[in-house]
Amino acid sequence: MVSVREAELHLIEHGREVPHLGEQYETIEQQNDAYTIGMWAFIVQEVLFFGGLFASYAVYRFKYLYEFVAAHHTLSVVFGALNTFVLLVSSYTMARAVRAAMLQQHKTQFKYLLWTIFFASIFMVNKYFEYSSKYHHQLIPNQSYSAEEVIHHNHLKVDNGMVDLGKRKVSLEEFTGRTKLFFSFYFIMTGLHGLHVLVGIIILAILAVRAYSDHIRRVPHADYMPVEMVGLYWHFVDIVWIFLFPLLYLMGGQ
Amino acid sequence: MATITAQTGTERINYLNVRTTVASWLLTLDHKRIGILYLLGITLFFFLGSLAAAAIRLELATPKGDLMTSDTYNKMFTIHGVLMIFFFLIPSIPASFGNFVLPMMIGARDVAFPRLNLLSWYFYMIGGVLATIALLKGGIDTGWTFYTPYSSAFAKGEVSLAIVGVFLVGFSSIFTGINFLVTIHKMRAPGMTWFRLPLFVWAMYATSLIQVLGTPVVAITLLLVAVERTFGIGIFDPNRGGDPILFQHLFWFYSHPAVYIMILPGMGVISEVIATFSRRRVFGYHFVAFSSLAIAIIGFLVWGHHMFSTGQSIYAGIVFSFLTFLVAIPSAIKTFNWMATIWKGRVHWEAPMIYALGFLGLFVIGGLTGLHLASLATNVHLTDTYFVVAHFHYVMVGGAIMAYMAALHYWWPKMTGRMYPQSWAKLAALMVFVGFNLTFFPQFILGYMGMPRRYHSYPEEWWALNLLSSAGASILGLGYLLPAIYLVWSLKYGRIAEKNPWGARGLEWEVVDTLPHPHNFERTPIVTRPAYDYAHPEEPTAIFPAPRPAYVGGGGKDG
Amino acid sequence: MAAHSHEEHTHAQRVSFYAKTLWVLMVLLVVTVWAGFLKLPDWLGIAVALTIAVTKATIVIMNFMHVRFSSKLAWLFAGAGFFWLIIMFAFAFADYASRHWEPVQGW
Repeated sequence: MVSVREAELHLIEHGREVPHLGEQYETIEQQNDAYTIGMWAFIVQEVLFFGGLFASYAVYRFKYLYEFVAAHHTLSVVFGALNTFVLLVSSYTMARAVRAAMLQQHKTQFKYLLWTIFFASIFMVNKYFEYSSKYHHQLIPNQSYSAEEVIHHNHLKVDNGMVDLGKRKVSLEEFTGRTKLFFSFYFIMTGLHGLHVLVGIIILAILAVRAYSDHIRRVPHADYMPVEMVGLYWHFVDIVWIFLFPLLYLMGGQ
Repeated sequence: MATITAQTGTERINYLNVRTTVASWLLTLDHKRIGILYLLGITLFFFLGSLAAAAIRLELATPKGDLMTSDTYNKMFTIHGVLMIFFFLIPSIPASFGNFVLPMMIGARDVAFPRLNLLSWYFYMIGGVLATIALLKGGIDTGWTFYTPYSSAFAKGEVSLAIVGVFLVGFSSIFTGINFLVTIHKMRAPGMTWFRLPLFVWAMYATSLIQVLGTPVVAITLLLVAVERTFGIGIFDPNRGGDPILFQHLFWFYSHPAVYIMILPGMGVISEVIATFSRRRVFGYHFVAFSSLAIAIIGFLVWGHHMFSTGQSIYAGIVFSFLTFLVAIPSAIKTFNWMATIWKGRVHWEAPMIYALGFLGLFVIGGLTGLHLASLATNVHLTDTYFVVAHFHYVMVGGAIMAYMAALHYWWPKMTGRMYPQSWAKLAALMVFVGFNLTFFPQFILGYMGMPRRYHSYPEEWWALNLLSSAGASILGLGYLLPAIYLVWSLKYGRIAEKNPWGARGLEWEVVDTLPHPHNFERTPIVTRPAYDYAHPEEPTAIFPAPRPAYVGGGGKDG
Repeated sequence: MAAHSHEEHTHAQRVSFYAKTLWVLMVLLVVTVWAGFLKLPDWLGIAVALTIAVTKATIVIMNFMHVRFSSKLAWLFAGAGFFWLIIMFAFAFADYASRHWEPVQGW
């Protein structure tokens, strides 16, 4: 454990608050590398966690393309694009917060963390409006789901219980089931993503408080790793949305 | 916070006596204590799962379904499957022995993320308790696979609660995987290059890859089943446009590689044990090391062989069948290299070695019968018969649990500081081997004759073989009970173990004390020799650059 | 490129680097929305949308997540997740895409 003491002494000499070196580590570099790789491993598992959903969505999009396209028209591209914009900007502010933390500019760090929280909150507010509009139109995929809004929105003709989708006709029951699948994926995927945003907001708030106290105490804090790691998480959440937006709101044309 | 005992005096500080309060165990960040905690949890679930197995074999001792109803039988094999797979086999070797010895093997003071390590144990225990409650209260009859649409639309019982339990244990497994990946990458002592690593570490690396890459997929899939049960969304329900086969794709994307989560650490243990008791470097070290990675990677490309007789496209089936055969290559590389290690080795017939030899015999049968199931044509005949049951029990019980018992007997002195009676241990190994073959070999024949799995009654003509199987199961059960008795006995009455009772090479034997110091090493060792350097007994595996402090016991190989 | 105002070798870049990255992302966002409103055939539309999405994700990973400046190991881990995702997609779709080749009705 001599090396641990040596490392701490070295950093205290520079008149800054030192990163806490875990007793299992030899050096700060080793610890930082371990955190980085660990965070990436966590992101790898997140990629596959969402990946299972994306794969399922892809299978049904492949099977029920026309129904899915009809259903996706009820989503608002404006809201989706706005949310993409908001999250991309929040990724930028997060990157700036990480930069400030690395340069030990705690006031800037605090400011950009607040901006990130602000944009994340706008994202959640938008989602709230989107969700309540779906609820209003009975598009929540539970027992009371009804495909009426989808049919109405797409001006589809219904004869004898058959929905005319242009290239093929399906029974109203099938159409209801398949569009309901679309909304199931919409809610599960955006819901799980929204949950990640919420968790992100909470962690960002904790980091903001820490940055503010570092700023007030005027003690430079050499440990930028927490901010950098949360940054990785936050950018990953952004990436999930980068894929959700075209797949759910744009569908890639027809 | 906690009392510190035995700091001075004759007794050295070790990971057990440094703190002794209950809180010091429940809040411990020491990888060795967490390994012990896991060992306790695993033993509990193994016991519960074994009780269900006993009930199953008791019912099948007679052709008629006279002991229990078919419903109860369904619940029994579900309890057996869920507990044994998710709560025993998957965490068994990685979380207990992996936690205990892996940091010592690579010369680290602890794993990279000790808090995450403790969190993973809590996830495991909470998940296990929830699943057990779900299984006992009302029961679940889906089988451990939770196949849809039965599990999502029809099954009564606490399926969602059990899924939450499995979900939690899944994340416990992911956390362990992340921890070990980073530990192996970043925590190796100076001089511990990749090709000086013990093969157990290579196997654990491959295992951790699967845990991190596969487990999240089954987590989200089971979550979808729970959501489907709660809201009736129909993703896996054909009545509502869903595709139940999609569930099987996602489920087996994890659950086939999960088989390798169970067997790869076992293979790592066998490499350690065979090298130690043959007093010889593992033959073809590089091949054995890379075959672990090959198994982990190829293992992800073969899941469709669980779905040959479903609506899966036969063209996909052909590809999956071909790729499945490829898994045999790295498995055979390992087996042949182990045998080549024993050949010309100076074999010491200690108890762990007996278990390891048992592993070899049983794993070869289990692996080779896998080829019958990998080929499309025979698979159609054998699907869902006792042939499959026998095959995976040969791999899971004959392979993984044999290796688990080998590990338990091999590292027991390091964990507890006590020796167990060798002759009893050898007897137990023999009983397990004989009992196991009696139990499961007849099932190959039964399956070949067409006896389907998961039924509580069967025609008269299969009685003799089933009776043989049940009789064998009772020997097998005694074979597992025996170690429980003499190992517990040894805790108090066993001979005090030396630091390196087996004469093994490796940091955990040469450097770490009998009962390891809380930080394993008082100074970071510098590794100078490759693993298993039995050819140079005079050369220590690690050296220490400076004299060690006097207050810590054990320590480096002097001179 | 790196702003070495402190002695540690952090990944901190100039502000303009992050700003430019954001601008590129914004342009790609506009392009993907615009392409979404074109009446492209399905296969082309999804190909365009996914190509843009992958490009955006790669830019975020490289520039914002600093993988461009990170160790080989970080590259390896960042790549592994997406590679395994491709395995999952490829093999699952090997099944779904070839099901209708089978000479069996209603399979």
